[in-house]
Amino acid sequence: MEVPILRQGQYLIASIQSALTDADLSHLREALIAQVGRSRCRGVIVDVTALDVMDSFAVRTLRDIAHMARLRGAETVIVGIQPDVAFAMVQLGLTLKGVATVLDLEEGLAFLDSRTKATLDTKPKRGRG
Amino acid sequence: MGEELRLPIAADVDVVEARQQGRALAAVAGFSSGEQTVIAAAISEIARNILMYAKKGEIILGLVQNGDRQGVSVVAIDQGPGIPDIDRAMQYGYSTSHGVGAGLPGAKRLMDEFEVDSVVGRGTTITMKKWRRSI
Amino acid sequence: MADTKRSMSVSTRASEAPALTESSAGLLRELVAHLRQNRTQLREEWARRITRAELLTAMTEEEIFAEATAVYDNYVEALETGTFEALQAYSRRLSERIIPRGVETDEVVGIVLLLRDVLARSLFNKYQDNVEKLNRILDSYEPAANRIANTVAVGFVEERERIIRQQQEAIRELSTPVLQVRERLLILPIIGVIDPQRARQLTEQLLRAIRANRAKVVVIDVTGVAAMDSGVANHLVQTVEASRLLGATVIVTGLSPEIAQTLVTIGVDLSEMATVGDLQGGIEEAERLLADRAAPTATPVREIAPESQR
Repeated sequence: MEVPILRQGQYLIASIQSALTDADLSHLREALIAQVGRSRCRGVIVDVTALDVMDSFAVRTLRDIAHMARLRGAETVIVGIQPDVAFAMVQLGLTLKGVATVLDLEEGLAFLDSRTKATLDTKPKRGRG
Repeated sequence: MGEELRLPIAADVDVVEARQQGRALAAVAGFSSGEQTVIAAAISEIARNILMYAKKGEIILGLVQNGDRQGVSVVAIDQGPGIPDIDRAMQYGYSTSHGVGAGLPGAKRLMDEFEVDSVVGRGTTITMKKWRRSI
Repeated sequence: MADTKRSMSVSTRASEAPALTESSAGLLRELVAHLRQNRTQLREEWARRITRAELLTAMTEEEIFAEATAVYDNYVEALETGTFEALQAYSRRLSERIIPRGVETDEVVGIVLLLRDVLARSLFNKYQDNVEKLNRILDSYEPAANRIANTVAVGFVEERERIIRQQQEAIRELSTPVLQVRERLLILPIIGVIDPQRARQLTEQLLRAIRANRAKVVVIDVTGVAAMDSGVANHLVQTVEASRLLGATVIVTGLSPEIAQTLVTIGVDLSEMATVGDLQGGIEEAERLLADRAAPTATPVREIAPESQR
């Protein structure tokens, strides 16, 4: 099951539609990182609303995506973790420390907007593009 | 009662199937949706453990009863290399493969009962159970 | 051969009563016929005795008579068939109706014993001239009557326990309301003793409320919590972590000096937890956090153009 990756302005949005195998997750990671580099986007949103369980492999993959994207200049935010899934994750000891998480896609876009604005404000302007 | 669901584990799609079946069974046993998620996550971890270390094996799901308590049991069986140092494998954050080391200890945290029986060179059997709360 | 078969089928129907011989089955039939014949008079007598004994005072005489009639008929049917399912089902429904009105266990046991007594007396009257037959009738009546009394009483007690459990559950939910004070801010005041089960419920409730109310900040006030062991403390940490996964920041307020000391002593990792002394301070801090975040939320979702993955 391939995860569609959409581009919206400076952001990439990966919207998971159904349960994923480990291989699907690894593909998603590779595809996202490749596209972050190619498109020089500023932000990545991974929408996990459709996942009804997240185990250590899924969480590690999401963390890897966030770390790798950051190395390539993009901020990542995970959106749509379900309440039951969040509770099971922390009981497993999987807290996604250091990775931004917000409620849904709308919040994710707002989060990236505020983040990219903040970095543009604090860094000396370089005249992108 | 006495019904068992045997699921072969030989590829990563089987891990997904096992946890989905486990969730369905937990729902039948009357677990809350939160607990169903917890059970599914634990199954996912031990099924992946089979795949990573033994390449193939089996997950057996069943309903169990103790007095008036209902529960689910999950047994993971493989004929893989076995676990040389179980205590170490059960330490949180320890992993010999590329996992985050949450696998077995994580699953143990999620369940009420957790037992590992492993013989090096012969294989591993993990038995875990979760009981429904009295209310 | 035919005989064994018949007695077997009888004994499976009334499994706890002694196996009935042909003649005692005949006696039971005679008994049932007697109870049917005198139905009107016996149930009136029973209802009268119930009122006189001041049982079921929560009910009117009409209600008592209606229920008495139904129990009487079920009773006779159970005697006749040796099967108790209908009686069991009826006593469950009866219990459902009368428990909310405050009927107690001893009243239910009392009325069933009264019925037994009323029926036994009428048997004495009918067979007083034939003591030998009276004895045999009573021998076949008593085990069945005992089983019937037992069925009704157990049905009542089970129903009562079920209702008590339900009420406990409801009280638990009520005692931990998740309050929305303003848009995107929830307050969870925890009061009383927290056991692992309640802690789990609290967390599930809070996480669902975060999603339903799109909350950004949650203040958990533990002023009303007297003590906290390591299990509950770790659970609190998990609640904070899970809330963050849903995009909400948790502020914990009202940690007493004793609890703070316990948490430090048992080594709970509090590094990720924002704490403020009291609830008022916590709400002020929450308002500040919300003000900081207020600006960017209004971004409209623009049209998304799909792009191929590779």
